[in-house]
Amino acid sequence: MSSGEIWIAFYTILRREIRRFMRIWPQTLLPPAITMTLYFAIFGNLIGSRIGEMGGFSYMEFIVPGLIMMSVITNSYSNVASSFFSAKFQHSVQELLVSPTPNWVILLGYILGGVARGLFVGAVVTVLSLFFTHMQLHNVFLTILIVFLTSVMFALGGFVNALFARSFDDISIVPTFILTPLTYLGGVFYSISLLPDFWQGVSMLNPVLYMVNAFRYGVLGVSDIDVTWALVIITAFILGLFYIGLTLLNRGRGIRN
Amino acid sequence: MAYAIEIKDLKKRYGNGFEALKGVDLTVEQGDFFALLGPNGAGKSTTIGILCSLVNKSSGHVSIFGVDVDKDFAGAKRYLGVVPQEFNFNVFETVFNVVATQAGFYGIPVDLAKERAEKYLKKLDLWDKKDTQSRMLSGGMKRRLMIARALIHEPKILILDEPTAGVDIELRRSMWEFIKELNEQGTTIILTTHYLEEAEQLCRNIAIINSGEIVENTSVKALLKTISSETFVLDLADSIDSIELPNYDIRIVADGSTIEVAIDKGQNLNDVFEYLSAKQIKVLSMRNKSNRLEELFVKLIKGSN
Repeated sequence: MSSGEIWIAFYTILRREIRRFMRIWPQTLLPPAITMTLYFAIFGNLIGSRIGEMGGFSYMEFIVPGLIMMSVITNSYSNVASSFFSAKFQHSVQELLVSPTPNWVILLGYILGGVARGLFVGAVVTVLSLFFTHMQLHNVFLTILIVFLTSVMFALGGFVNALFARSFDDISIVPTFILTPLTYLGGVFYSISLLPDFWQGVSMLNPVLYMVNAFRYGVLGVSDIDVTWALVIITAFILGLFYIGLTLLNRGRGIRN
Repeated sequence: MAYAIEIKDLKKRYGNGFEALKGVDLTVEQGDFFALLGPNGAGKSTTIGILCSLVNKSSGHVSIFGVDVDKDFAGAKRYLGVVPQEFNFNVFETVFNVVATQAGFYGIPVDLAKERAEKYLKKLDLWDKKDTQSRMLSGGMKRRLMIARALIHEPKILILDEPTAGVDIELRRSMWEFIKELNEQGTTIILTTHYLEEAEQLCRNIAIINSGEIVENTSVKALLKTISSETFVLDLADSIDSIELPNYDIRIVADGSTIEVAIDKGQNLNDVFEYLSAKQIKVLSMRNKSNRLEELFVKLIKGSN
C-alpha cells in the first residue's frame, strides 16, 4: 500500500473505533463520569475533609490526578479489549484480515482508538473535578506526555488481552483481578510514604504507581518516585507490548486458523 | 498470461493434527466461472481461507494473478473479493458504513468509497436500507450486503463461499444474474455451492475436492460427457403392476403410477415410449431423477473414498 492508502486505512480504523464508543456512550462515557463524581464527593469532600493534607495539598487536590489517571487506564484498556474481542467474536475482524492493511496499521488504529476514549474520559473527569476543587498544572508538557503514554500502554495491554481471549469472561478477568488492585494500590488514594518500609518496597514493583505519581508530579509538582524512572518504565512497557501485539497479530494468534 | 489463481502442493494441518489439505494443485484461468465442489469437511473452506489469508497454510505455493502470496500478500489481496459462508460484518454498523468502511481498509478515498458504496448497494437492491443497522436485515439481504462489501474495491476475482445458502429462489436467480454480469465484464468468479444444478448451469470449469485432495479438475462440459447412465422418472396416468422391457432397467415406485428408467449410453428413451404406447400406458410427465452433475459428484466422491 502507498503511504496515502495506509493513512486512509489507519484513519478508517480510528474513525470506526471513535464512532463505536461515541455510539454506545451510556456504556462507555457515562459510567466513569458517574463513578468519578461519586469518588470526588465521598472520598474527596466528605472523608477527605477529615483526612487533612497529603503531600502538602488538600486530600481532594491529592486524589484528583490519581482518579483522572485511573479512568484513563481502565477506559483505554477496556475499549481495545472489548472492541477487538467483539470483532473476533462476530468475525468482523476478517474484514481487516482479507484487506491489504498491514498488521502494524491495524494495531495502531485500535490502540489510538483506545487512547481516544481514555483521553476523552480523562478530559470529562478533569472537567468534573473542577466542580470540587481548583486545578493547577505544574508541568503541562509532562502531564500530557505521561497521560498519553500511559493510555497507549494500557490500550496495548487491552489488545494483547483480546488476542488471547476466548470468551467475554477472559476480557474481564485482567481488569477485575489485576488492573483494579494495581490501580487501587498504585498511590491513587494515598502517598506510599504512609506505608511501612516493606510495603513501600512492594509498592515500587507496581508499574501503576509510577504512572500515577508521574502524572501527579505534572499536575501538583509532588511525587513519591523519580519521574525519569516512570518514563523509562512506561516506554519499556510500550515497546514490549507493541512487539508482543504485532508478533501475535502476524502469527494470527486467536484470529487465523 | 498468469493464472487468476495457481495453487501448488498446498497442505494444511490444523493444530489438532487434522490434515485438511494433502497437497492440492489447482489452477483457475482469468475470467473463468469456476466451481469448487466437495462434501462438508472436504477442504473447500480451508482452501478459500488460505487464499484470502484467514487460514495459515502449512506448506505449498499460492499465486494470485502471478503474485506470490508469500512475497507480496498485500498485493495479492487487492485482487480478491470474498463473500464468506458465515455473516462476518459488524451487526451494529449501518449497511452503508459496513460497505464504506471496507473501502477504507483498501485505502480508497472517502468520496470514491461513498460513490462506490452507493453504486453497489443500488445494484444489490439495498440502497433503501443504507441507514439500517445490518443486524436488522433479512438473511438474503445480509448475503447481498456481503457481496456489495466484497466488490467495493472492484476486485478481479470474486470468491463466493456458499452464497445462496438460505436464500429464496427468486433472490437466488437475481443474485446469479448479477454475478453472471460481473463475469461477463471480466471478473473471475470462484464458487462453492451445495446446489449442484447452479454449478452446472453457471460454471465453465470445475474442481471436486474430497478429503483434502482434488479428485477431478476439468470443464463442466467434459465432465458431463463422462456420464454413462441417466435415470428418468415418468409419472403415469394409471397405476401398473408390472413392466417388462428386455435390456432396460425399469423400476415401479410409489403406488405404481411412477416408474424410474435407467438409460445407459447406447440406449434411448424411444424404445421405452414405444413399449408404453403399445401397452396403452399414458405418460403424464417426465423428469431427470437427479441433477446430472449431482450423480457424477456422488460417484466421484464414493470412488475417492
